[in-house]
Amino acid sequence: MSYTFTVSPDFSPDYIAGWFVFNTWLQRTLETGFHLELMDDFDSLHNAIRQDRIDLVYANPYDAAMLVREKGFTALVKPRGGADEALIAVAAESETRAVEDLPEGARIAATDDPDVQLMGMILLEPAGLGKDNTVRVECDNYVLVAKRLLTGESDAGIFLTKAFDELSRPVRERLKVLVRSDIQVIHHYLMAGPRIADLHPKLQKALVNMGEAPKTVRILEQLKLPGWDPVDPEEVEFMIDLMETLKFSPA
Amino acid sequence: MLQDMDPADVKGEYREYTLELYGVGPRKVLVTDEEVPYPDGRLIVSRTDTDGIITHVNRSFVVMSGYEEEELIGAPHSILRHPDMPKAAFRDLWATVQRGDIWQGYVKNLRKDGAYYWVKATVIPNIRGGQVVGYTSVRRKPDRRKVEECIDLYARMRQEEAAT
Ligand SMILES: Cc1cc2nc3c(=O)[nH]c(=O)nc-3n(C[C@H](O)[C@H](O)[C@H](O)COP(=O)(O)O)c2cc1C
Repeated sequence: MSYTFTVSPDFSPDYIAGWFVFNTWLQRTLETGFHLELMDDFDSLHNAIRQDRIDLVYANPYDAAMLVREKGFTALVKPRGGADEALIAVAAESETRAVEDLPEGARIAATDDPDVQLMGMILLEPAGLGKDNTVRVECDNYVLVAKRLLTGESDAGIFLTKAFDELSRPVRERLKVLVRSDIQVIHHYLMAGPRIADLHPKLQKALVNMGEAPKTVRILEQLKLPGWDPVDPEEVEFMIDLMETLKFSPA
Repeated sequence: MLQDMDPADVKGEYREYTLELYGVGPRKVLVTDEEVPYPDGRLIVSRTDTDGIITHVNRSFVVMSGYEEEELIGAPHSILRHPDMPKAAFRDLWATVQRGDIWQGYVKNLRKDGAYYWVKATVIPNIRGGQVVGYTSVRRKPDRRKVEECIDLYARMRQEEAAT
């Protein structure tokens, strides 16, 4: 029997090789076949989840609700240290000093990552800006978001904080951060489905122990993950409730 | 039970009101004109049981309310009730979440030191296994223009409530 493992398409392409190595480790540790299927975009991922084709997924916070509440998934672990946060930046020489200076019709560069967009739009709310009165400039990755700001093709950009901090120094120095989120409780989770329920305890233990042995530490390093922490189910329920409240916008 | 506010906690000149709180009874509150700006980028989160008793607060909640965490857990959420808020807003909040729907609105909250802060609040019922087990509220920084509209609107609503 072989199962399917996938990774939320918001991870950087730099990590593809790392996820394959991780999958090899997974199969060896669990003595079970896992097929790593990487999806091109969120639509493909959502279709696969709906069709019950996925057994294990490194899921983004936005998808956690569907996985837990509709598909009976369990969150096993989260990356150690550091939650998902977002920030709004503009070009360094821009006159804009605070989000409240951004005008209606502002061009906002962002990737298609839904939870970063959600956090970003919340940071823009105090300026009275939302989907209806801004122009979205969609970019394939955060380097391109930065580029759109530097060329003046967009007025502000939404970044995953981690991705912003990984931009090269010369690029970062030409940008100005207006506001950073400080939410603390939004995480990616490694989540397992009901078909592999009997593997959950063993898998969780093996993941948490990855930080112990040099061999597994190297696998994590390739993914820029400091380690995995076990997850309390109520903590995940809480994040899902939080995401639901943030997604809500009355007509 | 909720104690009256203590003048020793309040900074500067204050006005005194007695609120009639549901399930609590009368509470004396002390109110100043000092507004504390909403911190950028933060979310203020709390959860209550089905009776509105606080069961969980995050760090931002504690800091903005001016209370200690121990004073908040187990207290009714009306510990933040500001006398400038119309009763109708909270009636609507409770009717909405008890129906299983999500409520959103602008709220002026009272701090332990008598100052206030405005939030854009969303309240959602927490459903576990088909049962409502409590409520979560998430607040974020409001659009100033929306707050100005609410200041006028709430003042009118309170006048009407006082007249009837
Ligand atoms: C999850 C949740 C969050 C709430 N947050 C607030 C709040 O921030 N400020 C507030 O005055 N009332 C809040 N309320 C409403 C209070 O429970 C209460 O109804 C209100 O303060 C009015 O007091 P009263 O119902 O005793 O008249 C909240 C209720 C719930 C369920």
